[in-house]
Amino acid sequence: MIAYAIYFAFACFGVALLFNLYRVVIAVGVPDRILALDTMSINMIAILALFGIKEGTGMYFEASLLFAMMGFVSTVAYAKFILRGDIIE
Amino acid sequence: MDMFIEILVSAMLVIGGIFGFVGSYGLVKLPEPMTRLHAPTKAATLGVGGVLLASMIYFAWFGDHVSWHELLIALFIFLTAPLTGLMIAKANIHLQWTKDELPPTGTGTPWATQSDRPSIMDDGADLRLTSEGD
Repeated sequence: MIAYAIYFAFACFGVALLFNLYRVVIAVGVPDRILALDTMSINMIAILALFGIKEGTGMYFEASLLFAMMGFVSTVAYAKFILRGDIIE
Repeated sequence: MDMFIEILVSAMLVIGGIFGFVGSYGLVKLPEPMTRLHAPTKAATLGVGGVLLASMIYFAWFGDHVSWHELLIALFIFLTAPLTGLMIAKANIHLQWTKDELPPTGTGTPWATQSDRPSIMDDGADLRLTSEGD
């Protein structure tokens, strides 16, 4: 039963990543694209956790922790850049 | 007891997947940039939290030890999602709203992103950043 739930969640997050990709390519302004990139990193964390359950190994948690940290830092850097024109003033 | 844990993990996986899907669908569907900010910062974060919690329960019961990595990741995401939302909302205010369109702050001082101090981007860089889309 867990296997089918994992496949369902994989499908959900895969389609979510496609939506995010659409919003990165076609958007009104730059903040929307930044938001879509941030959501992509969050969805990738979920997919890595699902892959860890499927394979039965805890090897992917370090990768998803790295994804979380890098996604947050890059989002703040992008937002800061378009807000002030500089990242570290 | 195995059956109960399996049902619990499956339900959390399905609920988390649906929340993540709805969060990203709202990013495409909602009409304005500020409303589009709501979906990923709330629904997608909750979806990832559900999946991480399901992973934690799964490894605590079927694995040989309790792993705390998921709790760390979930805590980090739940702490940083409001921050990214705040930063992107500030960028939206700065790029798209003029000073008289903004609601009153209620503190007597203007919005920090719209202060009287001249920005170093006052040379028209804002116009370059707000692309008209396609």
